[in-house]
Amino acid sequence: MMANTQYKAGKANHWRRFLANHLASGLAVASTIIVVAPLVAILLYLIYKGASSLNLNFFTQIPRPVGESGGGMANAIVGSAVLLGLGSLLGVPLGIAAGIYLAEFGRGGRLANFVRFTADVLNGVPSIVMGISVYALIVLPQKHFSALSGGVALGIMMIPTITRTTEEMLLMVPNSIREAALGLGVPNWRSVLSITLKTASPGVITGCMLAFARVAGETAPLLFTAFGNNFWSTSVNEPIAALPLQIYVYAISPYDEWHRLAWAGALVLIVLIVVSVALVRYVTTRGVLKGAS
Amino acid sequence: MGVGIEVKNLNAWYGNNHTLQDINLHIPANQATALIGPSGCGKSTFVRCLNRMHETNPIAKVEGSVHIGDLDVYNDASPVEIRRRVGMVFQRPNPFPTMSIYDNVASGLRLNGFRNRRVLDEVVERSLKHAALWDEVKDDLKKKSGASLSGGQQQRLCIARALAVDPEVLLMDEPASALDPVSTAKIEDLIFQLKSQYTIVIVTHNMQQAARVAERTGFFLSGKLVEFDTTHKIFTNPGDKRTEDYITGRFG
Amino acid sequence: MSGLPVTSDPASKSPAPANENQPPSAVRSFLLSRGNSAWSDRAFKWLMFICALSVFFIVALIAWQLILRSQLTISKFGLSFFFKSAWDPVSGDFGALPFIYGTLVSSLVALVIAVPLAVGVAVFLTEMCPKFLRGPLSFLTELLAAIPSVVYGLWAVFVLVPILREHVNPFLMKALGWTGLFAGPNFGIGILAAGVILAIMILPIISSLTREVMTAVPHSQREAVLALGATRWEMIRMGVLRNARIGIVGAIILGLGRALGETMAVTMVIGNRPEIVKSLLSLGYSMSSVIANEFSEASDDLYLSALIEIGLALFVVTIIVNALARVLVWAVTRGAPARVV
Repeated sequence: MMANTQYKAGKANHWRRFLANHLASGLAVASTIIVVAPLVAILLYLIYKGASSLNLNFFTQIPRPVGESGGGMANAIVGSAVLLGLGSLLGVPLGIAAGIYLAEFGRGGRLANFVRFTADVLNGVPSIVMGISVYALIVLPQKHFSALSGGVALGIMMIPTITRTTEEMLLMVPNSIREAALGLGVPNWRSVLSITLKTASPGVITGCMLAFARVAGETAPLLFTAFGNNFWSTSVNEPIAALPLQIYVYAISPYDEWHRLAWAGALVLIVLIVVSVALVRYVTTRGVLKGAS
Repeated sequence: MGVGIEVKNLNAWYGNNHTLQDINLHIPANQATALIGPSGCGKSTFVRCLNRMHETNPIAKVEGSVHIGDLDVYNDASPVEIRRRVGMVFQRPNPFPTMSIYDNVASGLRLNGFRNRRVLDEVVERSLKHAALWDEVKDDLKKKSGASLSGGQQQRLCIARALAVDPEVLLMDEPASALDPVSTAKIEDLIFQLKSQYTIVIVTHNMQQAARVAERTGFFLSGKLVEFDTTHKIFTNPGDKRTEDYITGRFG
Repeated sequence: MSGLPVTSDPASKSPAPANENQPPSAVRSFLLSRGNSAWSDRAFKWLMFICALSVFFIVALIAWQLILRSQLTISKFGLSFFFKSAWDPVSGDFGALPFIYGTLVSSLVALVIAVPLAVGVAVFLTEMCPKFLRGPLSFLTELLAAIPSVVYGLWAVFVLVPILREHVNPFLMKALGWTGLFAGPNFGIGILAAGVILAIMILPIISSLTREVMTAVPHSQREAVLALGATRWEMIRMGVLRNARIGIVGAIILGLGRALGETMAVTMVIGNRPEIVKSLLSLGYSMSSVIANEFSEASDDLYLSALIEIGLALFVVTIIVNALARVLVWAVTRGAPARVV
């Protein structure tokens, strides 16, 4: 009798567990679909809207005044390139050097942990805060907006990603390679740059591209630094146009023509970013340290 | 040409671990000297002290004196200068993975700022010939990466790389332990040919190998040099009971 | 030669071979001429060290500037700045409460939506997903993380907001209007719209970090639970989620950190009205969007100072939140650096 009730209880329990199992599986699948759906929707809509608005003028002309149709974002594309170039000039060497310090000199030390922590802090600083900080540091003393200040803001934002990936990639280089170089009487600095860093270079480049892709779409840090510009400018001392800024300005405007251009700009921006992310993924899945046993 | 090595009262620590205790010995020039002993006995640490590789680890410490020829290793020069005169071959082949065969051999010179291409070509060819690798790789010197060679070839490449800087002493830390028997035989042949021109110190856990290639053999145990004598004497009539136990295999 | 006695007899030190006096080779004399590189090595190490420290100096510089430039409001209002809802540039009376409220509530809405989904995705990807789907799916979620904020904003303005206004909000008002959380008027834009777009934006971070901590759970844990006759869900719940829960909390907090500081997309849909209203459908304002909107038109020093103090508050909060999250993620992955793409 008792055995029977136990058996029944066990059976009911079994059904409950069976249901829970399938319910949970179903929920997991459903949430994946819910997550993937908006992305696909965003991308498809972007391609649809952007492609129908893209034309040659977009790449060759500068914005027209309100009311005139046509015009493009040529100055914003060039401006973004200038800003990203300036940012890389600051962020790439500094980020790589900091990564070298963490991996080659600071291993496990307190100071290295501290630097690592501050890099994480820097990574978490909201981009708008970065914008006002660089405004206070550069724009206020100079008394005018400039491409330079925008580049500095982007460069600072690149540093944490580059530093951490450089460190990780250098740590993946086997110690035997370092010993081989030192054993030949090669000075340490030479060994680090020409052997260790070179061996890790595919991974380090990946990190730089990741950082690049991340800041390429940043708008908030440019609002009060690069400021935007409706005309051609490549001077580092003047306000400069940038693709994300232009998209923002056009998106919140009330004009259909400008909305159209905003979509085209967004598509160009996304293609730029997706290509670099895909490239990064290709490189990393291809084995970052080919041949290093 | 090789030079002799004179070691006096050498002590080494790894953290709190006293890994070498009062080592005294003289390694003669232009001979192969083998160092044997169970793993962890300090023989690798010992050779790493000879070219100051030991101190690349931040927790390592060394005391005592080492003379290579008339050069006081720990007082006269910087580690970099010492290592340019003392070549080293490591346990596992470690060619630079991003470099071609040619660049690997030339690396010791190039990375020290040597630019003369004609001399480099000569040096690379001579070193590869010395390392008995020239015939196998001469056709794709600059095409193939050093990492694409087989394990035995990689190790000979590493030997060529070490020879290219024209060292006076060649240290080999278990150079054949990661290799198959055929490759091992080639490395041993090589040691035989090289020892007329270089002073060779070879660490090995393989007693037969020591007996085959070395004129002299030292036996290390727990950080101490138990016995150092001609290879013949060590293997036929050891002076110490512990050496005898080890070479007759009555030892862990 | 091999007959030499093994002593340190000085005579045997230099065996003087026949060609001892031949000049050293070109290679050897070149190497002997090279310096000992001690100076360049030290210089290199110092240079790298300075670059590493500059990361700290940048953070310090940011903090210093934010504190310096917000002195006016800090000294004038003190802590009450964060508890007042006045925002009157004309009479010079500033309080940050409406912005704090908007930031917190929109981020909370984002977490409520994103967390279950993110954990679901992570469970699916690590435990159930067929191999051929895993690559493309994780690539998609990575892509989601790479889309710029302003593009999310653009999409939200033209696609998400109309959907909310026409379909979702009327339904919520009808079904849940009694709670007061979904009271009209229905603009489409507002705190709920901001929360939804934030949820989409922080999903990838939470799910990829959750995935990381879940894969860090040792396989033996899963097998131990399976061996007791558990179903797959029970295995995931007891063997994986329970062991990874601290790390998952860390991932959630890190997502929160992102949501708190997010600017462009929120600015474009939150409505930009500094009010504190219970309904999620009402217009609001966030700390980051008030800076984005009003910073360039802040004419007098007090106004600017108020905006910078909001930035300072954002800075401090994100540092605390990030530090907390990292500690939690580290606790599970044991020191392996938590990567944020």
